[in-house]
Amino acid sequence: MRFVDEFRNAETARALSAKIAALCEPGREYKFMEVCGGHTHTIYKHGLEDYLPENVTLVHGPGCPVCVIPMGRIDDAIHIARRPEVLMTSFGDMMRVPGSGGNFFDSNAEGTSIRMVYSPLDSLKIARQNPDRQVVFMAIGFETTAPSTAMTVLRAAKEGLENFSVFCNHIMIIPAIKAILDSPDLRLDGFIGPGHVSTVIGCRPYEFIARDYGKPLVVAGFEPLDILQSIYMLLLQLREGRAEVENQYARVVPWDGNPTALRAIGEVMELRPYFEWRGLGFISHSALRMRQRYAAFDAELLFETPGVRVADPKACQCGEVLKGVLKPWECKVFGTACTPETPIGTCMVSPEGACAAYYNFGRFTRTRVREASVT
Amino acid sequence: MCLGIPGEVIEILADRPDLARVDVSGVKRAINIGLLAEEGVEPGDWVLIHVGFALSKIDEAEAKAAMEFLEGIGKAYEDEIAALRESRII
Repeated sequence: MRFVDEFRNAETARALSAKIAALCEPGREYKFMEVCGGHTHTIYKHGLEDYLPENVTLVHGPGCPVCVIPMGRIDDAIHIARRPEVLMTSFGDMMRVPGSGGNFFDSNAEGTSIRMVYSPLDSLKIARQNPDRQVVFMAIGFETTAPSTAMTVLRAAKEGLENFSVFCNHIMIIPAIKAILDSPDLRLDGFIGPGHVSTVIGCRPYEFIARDYGKPLVVAGFEPLDILQSIYMLLLQLREGRAEVENQYARVVPWDGNPTALRAIGEVMELRPYFEWRGLGFISHSALRMRQRYAAFDAELLFETPGVRVADPKACQCGEVLKGVLKPWECKVFGTACTPETPIGTCMVSPEGACAAYYNFGRFTRTRVREASVT
Repeated sequence: MCLGIPGEVIEILADRPDLARVDVSGVKRAINIGLLAEEGVEPGDWVLIHVGFALSKIDEAEAKAAMEFLEGIGKAYEDEIAALRESRII
């Protein structure tokens, strides 16, 4: 049994908890999705569900880029890395994501060079230092990291580098939210909107959720009080019969986002007609690829990729977890065959994945035990 | 990768005005500030950094609060700082 750390301002949290309880109508069930994996991490780390009344449930969304990358893309990356001239780079989070024949560490044991980098700019430097190698950056992430990749490509073009390219896997949060709203599996009452993605895209892109689906969304910060405050704001909207986009994280997120970042993405990348998401399947216009004018930096054009769709292992229920249909502990292999050391599914790999967050900080309160025993 | 980490700008690089040296929990590294070109960045400013790029300016109080929160989350933040420590973009 692990205990969750008591966080700063726990006193304020308890006061907020009472205000939240007062807003809930007895007998009504409230389901809110926190879209972002960073929020999931905070919720489990600080046991925030214990500050909520029993009829408020938090559903974990697909906002963990490592978790939604399909196996086939890992296989494609390894396929590119197997070319003798290629030196592949990616973020550390990617190294243990399983492909159909193993992860990047396994691949390196068989002779590939896949290196961890902190920033795409580190890849660029590796390319400058290794003119005899083709340095490929495996780019992943939502709109938070896409501007960095775009700016790096612009820099590479300016320097005239000929041995640097990007294997682009950038995805976008809005189509994923829309896919969830259109999914028949799930009835949600509102969304806790992602913080850092919104620093780039701003709050306007969420307006359709309020307008067309009649659901409130509150962009939230990452601290425990931010999340509780956002839940309070969602409940207040429901109580007052409103459905609006509100910004709880205005101290960091401008309403219009970061126009320079959006311009950089638009200059270098364009929408893909469709892209596969683990758990959510193919979603149209949900990901980015390199524009034709930056074809010289597009690893998918420079190198052949098998592009084979690989089904997830049968035992793995990441798909249901990513859609919020299953809680992590309801998955058949959770904590037994699938652990952070030997993950079967991606949700167990990233610290922002719902399963890893629950495994690391998870605690079985009476509520959770009861929920688990019902299923 | 998804963590935004606060850093204090120490100096703008004379030969590369799109780069700045920042101090993140005592780790001093170069990052790119091109995404804040419109607002402008000066030594003493606090920025939120994602994968080597400053994505937004924040005030010092927010930086301190964010830092305290990140130090509390443990391993994910330690991994991020370890990765930053290895970063050499110039």
